[in-house]
Amino acid sequence: MTGLALGSADGTKLDYLALVRRRQAYSGLIVVLFVAILAAGFGLADSRNAGGFWSGLSNLFDFPSELVREAIEKTAALPGHLWRFLPAMIETINIAAVSTLIGAMLAIVLSLLSTRGMARWPRLIPFFRRAMDGMRAIPEIVIALVLIFVLGGGPVPAMIAIAFHTAGALGKLFSEVNENADLKPLEGLSSVGASWIQRMWLGAIPQVLPNYLSYALLRFEINVRASAILGFVGAGGIGSELRVAISWGLGRYDAAAAIFLLLFLTIVAIDQLSSHFRNHLVRTR
Amino acid sequence: MASVESTDLIGSTDVAGLKGEVARLFLRRRAFAFAVPALIVAYLAYVAIAFDLSGLANRARMDNAGILIADMVSYKVHVTRDNRVGRTTVAIEGETKGTYGDGQWPGWVAREGGATVVTLDNDSIVRFDPDAVRFEIPGYGFLKIVQDRSGIMLDTPDGEIPDWINASSVRVTVTRPEGRLTVTKTRAELFRYFGGWELFFFTLDSPFYGKSWGELASMALSGERVRPERSNLAAMGSDFWNNAMWRHGDVAWAIFETVLMAFLGTMGAALFAVPLAFAAAANFTPTRVMRFGVRRIFDFLRGVDGLIWTIVLARAFGPGPLTGSLAILLTDTGTFGKLFSEALENVDNRQIEGLRSTGANTLQRNRFGVIPQIAPVIASQVLYYLESNTRGATIIGAIVGGGIGLLLTQAIQTQKDWEEVTYYIALTLIMVTTMDMISGWLRSKLVGKR
Repeated sequence: MTGLALGSADGTKLDYLALVRRRQAYSGLIVVLFVAILAAGFGLADSRNAGGFWSGLSNLFDFPSELVREAIEKTAALPGHLWRFLPAMIETINIAAVSTLIGAMLAIVLSLLSTRGMARWPRLIPFFRRAMDGMRAIPEIVIALVLIFVLGGGPVPAMIAIAFHTAGALGKLFSEVNENADLKPLEGLSSVGASWIQRMWLGAIPQVLPNYLSYALLRFEINVRASAILGFVGAGGIGSELRVAISWGLGRYDAAAAIFLLLFLTIVAIDQLSSHFRNHLVRTR
Repeated sequence: MASVESTDLIGSTDVAGLKGEVARLFLRRRAFAFAVPALIVAYLAYVAIAFDLSGLANRARMDNAGILIADMVSYKVHVTRDNRVGRTTVAIEGETKGTYGDGQWPGWVAREGGATVVTLDNDSIVRFDPDAVRFEIPGYGFLKIVQDRSGIMLDTPDGEIPDWINASSVRVTVTRPEGRLTVTKTRAELFRYFGGWELFFFTLDSPFYGKSWGELASMALSGERVRPERSNLAAMGSDFWNNAMWRHGDVAWAIFETVLMAFLGTMGAALFAVPLAFAAAANFTPTRVMRFGVRRIFDFLRGVDGLIWTIVLARAFGPGPLTGSLAILLTDTGTFGKLFSEALENVDNRQIEGLRSTGANTLQRNRFGVIPQIAPVIASQVLYYLESNTRGATIIGAIVGGGIGLLLTQAIQTQKDWEEVTYYIALTLIMVTTMDMISGWLRSKLVGKR
């Protein structure tokens, strides 16, 4: 009896070890496959690129060192450049701030309309959800480029494009926040005859506002980057200044260096500020 | 409850004071509730001035918007007579690739000796006669435009020039709902507009052009080969794929390139970020200096931002998908490093201790004690960024010159083929939505529904 039991225990152990080995082999295979796909992908991207990877790697630091050298050579001019490009930087920040503000306000309405228990028209919940998905899916550059054609260059096309995307992206996050909100205050308000707007404004918003603000701040960080990059493809702000500055060519990179510095400092400062405020919001909750 | 108790404790004499305090609190809240919207409105007003919204109304080209919307769902056929060559051509969108062969002209364009007669809607007729261009508009009369070495002469029935004609000595443009005629000294060109996306499937030189779906299906099934070297279905596929007007093959390749940039950038960043995150996490790297250094690297990578990385890398590697991939990779290494190291600092230490008690070494402890704990975080973040980077790669592609972003910017900047722009936008949306669905599906498989 004991021998049999021992034997079967051994068999179980062997089976188990075989299972473990097979699992390890599979996960090893997946890793190898993944690395192979990645390597093949980089190979393909390399072959489609104008310059090769290895030749490019050797002159990777040419441009940055050129920038730094010229910035050091013309240190005296740097504060002047920084001062000159400050309005463009402020424009970029303004684009981000306004589009976050407008996008967030739209997102609040959209998210309330697409949350069960809060929606004004419960039947339209799927419609508003799909609308938000659609708004999220459209890359900002598409809207920005089309609007630049209609409205001309400048900050407004970028602002509309980013606000549109922000409304969709924040709407989704906000509706997740709404789902965790307590519905009792809303019921209480409706029992005293409050309208939908009153119920939302007095019952729902106070509960979720800290989370809203936290997400909106995070979105603001993202939008500053987005508005800088959209400037480069034709909208206003620091991006368009950068485009002009780097096309000047060798010997005049000091302006480009100043813009790089300004952009870097701004992004770091905004990241720090926003994470400080977000921590504060999370702690006071 | 608590407030009732406290009033009891304090005694009734303090009720008035408490009431005052509550009233003050309410007043402050009310002031706050009004101040915030007021601040928002004030800021929006400032921005409206800073962005020159009032000037925007003048700068906005609503006619451009009209052209855009009309052109998105329509195409135009150019009938052009070039006086220098003395030849008339009929071409879709005026492109060489869309030019009708001489025996292929559509029914509404006819040759009458040396003249070309174009019949438009509303029975309007445009004649490119050897001596003049004539536009017959029912209910209005004949326009006669004579091209001369010295200039262009326009004769209208009543001698007046209506507002739909723009005439000077070098150019006459007649804009009618049925078509648009432009006459200069050397050429006369008529645009006629049609709905739809012409040549979307097959170009004029393809034997499958102009066939209905039923005809195409029967051609695909029948054994009679249009091109002897391959079956009809393969020939259709190749004619569609190599369509010179819409370039489906190139567009599909561009979409693939965009997804490739996002995939390589995101996955590469994750590969680099995992070991770096260990170096930046306090519970794995006791050395302060090391931790500080790695964290500053993350901050630097994130702070420099995709735009700057893209520009710097494009200088070294030239335009193309590799540059875009590397730009995404560098930015996201910073982001992932920060996120992963935060996840590492929150791992449960008991599992690691358990492994240590069995005599596992550092590598084994990390492999079996730590990685399983942070794998869901890594997977869900990576998949989330994969979707978001697909959108980002569209913009980066526009800067570095690769993928659908490049096609999109080129098509928009040439400002003529809005139907192609629409096509690209639709494909971009399908691409992003598909990536969103795939990453959402994978996330729910790997991590489980939140």
